[in-house]
Amino acid sequence: MENRDIKFLKLQQIIDSHEGKVSHLIAILQETQAEYGYLPKEALTYIATAMGISPATVLGVATFYAQFSLIPKGKYVIRVCDGTACHVRGSEPIMMALRKELSLTPDNPTTSDLMFTVETVSCLGACGLAPVVVADEEVHGQMTPDGILEIIKKLANAASEN
Amino acid sequence: MSGKITINGQVIDFTDEKNILAVARKAGIDIPTLCYHPELTIAGACRLCVVEIERMGIQASCSTAPVDGMVVYTNSERVNRVRKMVLELLLANHDRECTTCDSSGACKLQKYANDYGIKRLRYPSRTVKAPLDTSSLSVVRDPNKCILCGLCVRVCKEKQGIGVWDFKNRGSRTEIVAAMDQPLAESSCINCGQCIAVCPCGALTSNSSAIEEVWAAIRDPKKTVVCQIAPAPRAALGEEFGLGSVDVTGKIVAALRRIGFNKVFDTAFAADMTTVEESNEFLARLVKGENLPLFTSCCPGWVKYAEEFHPELLNNLSSCRSPQQMFGSVLKKKYSKDLGIAPEDMFVVSIMPCTAKKYEARRPEFMTEGSYDVDAVLTTVEAARMFREAGIIFDALEDSEFDQPMQQTTGSGVLFGTTGGVMESVVRYVAGKLLNAEGRVDVEFTRGMEDTKIASINVGDNKLTLAVVNGLAAAEELIKKIQSGELTVHAVEVMACPGGCVGGGGQPFQNDGERRQARAREIYNIDAKLVLHKAQDNEDLDKIFEKYWGGCCNHETHHDLHTHYRPKKRIAGNEILIKDGEGPEITVCLGEGCLKKGSLAVVEKLLALPVKVKGVFCLESCGDGVSVKVNSQIQNVKAENVMEAIKANCGCNCSTCL
Repeated sequence: MENRDIKFLKLQQIIDSHEGKVSHLIAILQETQAEYGYLPKEALTYIATAMGISPATVLGVATFYAQFSLIPKGKYVIRVCDGTACHVRGSEPIMMALRKELSLTPDNPTTSDLMFTVETVSCLGACGLAPVVVADEEVHGQMTPDGILEIIKKLANAASEN
Repeated sequence: MSGKITINGQVIDFTDEKNILAVARKAGIDIPTLCYHPELTIAGACRLCVVEIERMGIQASCSTAPVDGMVVYTNSERVNRVRKMVLELLLANHDRECTTCDSSGACKLQKYANDYGIKRLRYPSRTVKAPLDTSSLSVVRDPNKCILCGLCVRVCKEKQGIGVWDFKNRGSRTEIVAAMDQPLAESSCINCGQCIAVCPCGALTSNSSAIEEVWAAIRDPKKTVVCQIAPAPRAALGEEFGLGSVDVTGKIVAALRRIGFNKVFDTAFAADMTTVEESNEFLARLVKGENLPLFTSCCPGWVKYAEEFHPELLNNLSSCRSPQQMFGSVLKKKYSKDLGIAPEDMFVVSIMPCTAKKYEARRPEFMTEGSYDVDAVLTTVEAARMFREAGIIFDALEDSEFDQPMQQTTGSGVLFGTTGGVMESVVRYVAGKLLNAEGRVDVEFTRGMEDTKIASINVGDNKLTLAVVNGLAAAEELIKKIQSGELTVHAVEVMACPGGCVGGGGQPFQNDGERRQARAREIYNIDAKLVLHKAQDNEDLDKIFEKYWGGCCNHETHHDLHTHYRPKKRIAGNEILIKDGEGPEITVCLGEGCLKKGSLAVVEKLLALPVKVKGVFCLESCGDGVSVKVNSQIQNVKAENVMEAIKANCGCNCSTCL
């Protein structure tokens, strides 16, 4: 963690593209997260310092929204819907299969090689396709435990080929 | 908007009140609330101020505007049922260790639970205890007692403009944290304690570890224990004993003698000393026309703020130590010799309205022969606690006088306890010195609780513009105006706390606008009753200046009574690797000031070299250029000359920077 390159020049470009406006803080954080895959604390301190706002405020915004993560996420984020429809149609076995395959727990949702992060979401609004999983931004309906393992294998292969 | 509303059958006129709560209180109807403060923005977080409004149902009165014809009930069965429920839920999340709580008796949550007869909770106590943050010398935070009302967040942001506190996470995981979820001592907290003043339920209290140290010193036969009392506590300490905001100077002195202090002095004496030194410093700057405007330096909250946020103003700060530290210095450096004891055998205690004074007393520059000039700082509330612990019946005490040879006090010194007091003292001194004004010279513009007061006065042929400001958010506004050239002033008095020291973070609860005003009134009463009103009329002070330094405002007083300031980083943090490399290690400052002066351009240049580049949020060496550390040498550089600067200092022969 200590020897991570922090791209302050890029961060400043992001802030400048928003003219340093405090009202754009969420957008700035979104772009920062896109850059790093998560929000490193050093980046948050930089944003606070460069924009002249209190670090506590920046941390407050960054921890308020579920879209932001302060810990590194995997290259591929797998979101398993656990809304009512998906839950009754079997989201839990999918989740269990994923966690077993990737040796993850609810407190430790990211694989140590930073390849996969497994999360639940409360509803994706695609209840007709339940159970739904979003893997690497792609929506998969009527998912099964075997199906999700297949998808993971494909993603892992794609990553190793690159 | 104006009109009439009916509250509990009573028809009440309203004009510009923003909410039903304010209208009700104006009419003498109290509504309980934990998260509302009339001087801060409204959060509507605690839901305790609910009232029943016809055709609107149950509403939070703090965030509902009065509308003509509204019919409101503040005490209906439904309202009380909801309030009890709210209280029960708040208490379920609150560590109810009232007997061992610093705020017991001054806790609004405790009071309301009592008022509403909450005897048994349906919910068990929380089993998990979060650790306390005791890192700060001034403020202790107990997250287990926090009810998330957000008053500390708002007061720090809105009154002080700093925003040390904020919410982290959301929903049931919400907590209040300092800076980047760090120990408070590592944040930019200025220790003013206004968050303590507004905290309704003991989650924020002053760090009262000094009490035990003071008892230990009193009981140590080797120590001569000396106390100094600041101006503001004398108008507030009586509140702790139900006497109201009245002058209890004599009783405090008596109580201190009873519990075993060997000598008791008045910080107002040192305030006169400050006035003399600071006024002459001001006059000298006026003659030279340099480092103007002069900013006062009595308030340790403001001094830390200036060091963190305005390094460019540090030369404008008066070099005078605060009265507390001047007195500490006199006692340890000079008076201890009179008594024939070593500085470390003297234990100096000060009673202050202020939590930041605890921090100030521990600044390394304020030491004599290895011992702190002020060994322990007690807040007004902590002093009262010691008196109670010692079994002193405070209101029955006979008044006692301060000790010789620093006994005399002028009204001018006492005025330091309220906003505008330092400025008024300086004006009185200057009027006496230059215009030979006799007796009391009242300065009207400095008085009152407004956050910013500016006036021009004529001193001889000179027209001086003076500003008085309290609350650092207001100070920041004023500094912006001064720096943009919109406003030209010659001297600025800054006090971090609303109302000045009378509203300090160590003063008794309730510490609101009404109380602050009452205390300030009493401070002016004390001034009016005293015989002397100008610092130069203090004969004891003249003698002390003569005896210890051969007069005032000379090289010797400068050594013992003045100080210097250094830029301070706002947030603790390690150096961050920007780019790894084989060559020497170069650290670039990424603090706000250096960023504005082009740190990133320097970083960009360095990225092209095979050196290891690091960044840090402030190297505490603010100057004209960007601070860069090469080989543990800090230099101020510009993007154009960064290569030369590195070459001169890095000591290697790699010649890559050529």
